[in-house]
Amino acid sequence: MSLLKDKKIIIIGDRDGIPGQAIEECVKTAGGEIVFSSTECFV
Amino acid sequence: MNSVILGSSYIMVHAPDMVIHNGSTQTTERAVNPNSEYLKEIKNNLRTFDQAVAYLPNQAYIGNIAPDELAKYEMPWFDKPLEGATRDGRFGEIMPQDEFILLMQIVDAFDLVKLEKEFVSAAKSKLMNHPLFDEGLIGRIKEGEDSAAIQKYVDTEHAEPIYNEGQLVGCVKRAHDIDINLSGHVMFENLVSKASNVLALLNLVSKNKINKEEIEYVIECSEEACGDVNQRGGGNFAKACAEVAGFVNATGSDTRGFCAAPTHAIIEAASLVKAGVFKKVVVCAGGSTAKLGMNGKDHLKKGYPILEDTIGGFAVLIGENDGVNPEINLDLVGRHTVGTGSSPQAVITSLVSSLDKAGMKITDVDKYSVEMQNPEVTKPAGAGDVPLANYKMIGALAVKRGEIDKKELAEFTEKHGMTGWAPTQGHIPSGIPYLGFCREDILSGKIKNAMIIGKGSLFLGRMTNLFDGVSFIIEANKGLQEEKSAVSEEEVKTLIAKALKDFASNLLNE
Repeated sequence: MSLLKDKKIIIIGDRDGIPGQAIEECVKTAGGEIVFSSTECFV
Repeated sequence: MNSVILGSSYIMVHAPDMVIHNGSTQTTERAVNPNSEYLKEIKNNLRTFDQAVAYLPNQAYIGNIAPDELAKYEMPWFDKPLEGATRDGRFGEIMPQDEFILLMQIVDAFDLVKLEKEFVSAAKSKLMNHPLFDEGLIGRIKEGEDSAAIQKYVDTEHAEPIYNEGQLVGCVKRAHDIDINLSGHVMFENLVSKASNVLALLNLVSKNKINKEEIEYVIECSEEACGDVNQRGGGNFAKACAEVAGFVNATGSDTRGFCAAPTHAIIEAASLVKAGVFKKVVVCAGGSTAKLGMNGKDHLKKGYPILEDTIGGFAVLIGENDGVNPEINLDLVGRHTVGTGSSPQAVITSLVSSLDKAGMKITDVDKYSVEMQNPEVTKPAGAGDVPLANYKMIGALAVKRGEIDKKELAEFTEKHGMTGWAPTQGHIPSGIPYLGFCREDILSGKIKNAMIIGKGSLFLGRMTNLFDGVSFIIEANKGLQEEKSAVSEEEVKTLIAKALKDFASNLLNE
């Protein structure tokens, strides 16, 4: 049973780490519902 | 023939009051949490000019210590000042805030920068001793106004205040009563960008003994936008900066692409020169006040001073192949395309795989210049060591391609990478900070080539979710070899003689 299945997910990606879009793909396959996704830059 | 890198300059401006009043982290905090402990504490944790000058990564940025020397010092660096450090660098300089405020007035063409009399008097005498500021530039500094007049502009006319050592010493007036694109705040940011860019241009000319009149084109690649309500971002910073720097025979244009813009701009400049459109092209950018103190909260939490207290700038001169200086190999340009994808692996693969065109391995490139942010700034804020993360990704790609063993990954990052030293000023750290050292390292034979990689966060503009990146290779000059391998005068004579003989023989046959 996936930890993220049927959960509402907020994603904050990091431009120099894992971008939001890449995390989105993982969350989708794990059955999570993405309610917000963004990639931010701290440099 | 490929274009070459003829010289470069790197400048910084120590701007502690601008950290407090103009850094976006601080202005946002003031809006949402005006009584926060952070805002109270920040004033006590700003560095002095001398401390900023002696900071090891800053000395690396202006060319006084090489990246491999910097790597020998164990972090933290902020408590290890470089003994005997000066503001003058081999590639540029670090300018104090008071001199820079005068420079903002020098570059102001619309009488927007108003400064207080006593401040002008004290700071002007300092700037008059600066070797790069001639009478023409110094003559643009106005006598100044009463402090009451400055206060009135700020209180009643929406002027953006300018502080020095905690005192109101001037302001930038709005350039229009209604147009927010010409507000005091926007004009302040744009004048800071212009002034720091001009400082980089002045240093480029001086440090590399360049004839200003030979510059034909300037490409500015910062992250600011100048224009009015009908053409926000219309530009042209490039020509505005060239004007102040005295490039009388130049025109120019601005290139934008977030942090990737400088790498795009170098590729454009190298192409223009290679195509014969212009003989000498300058790529340049000033810095940003919004990014000052961007990670300041985390620095204070860790007991660090505010490390993001400097505005950055740079300039690079690209020219025709002189047979000596390092070449920009435009056959090996890498690019992140619309279809590339956003995973870190996809991004770095798209930028490095340009090597395949020349049948080169990843290990055939001696040095990679990626996002060269100073890790002491980013690690306390949780963003990690950005250059190292990039080197690990490139090394992992080399493992995947079977060019190195997994066990050699750590050695790869050390041998082909560098410790970061650039200020977190967006476009400033992206690939470009190494060009000065790279030119020297290739000329001395220390390395034979390097790949410069620029990456940009396009999604921040909310126009696309895409990432971006471009890369190019710099390599030792092989111009003379190319000439040798080209058709010789003797061979040309033989070919012409043969053609004439054939022609005559055809005539006889007819």
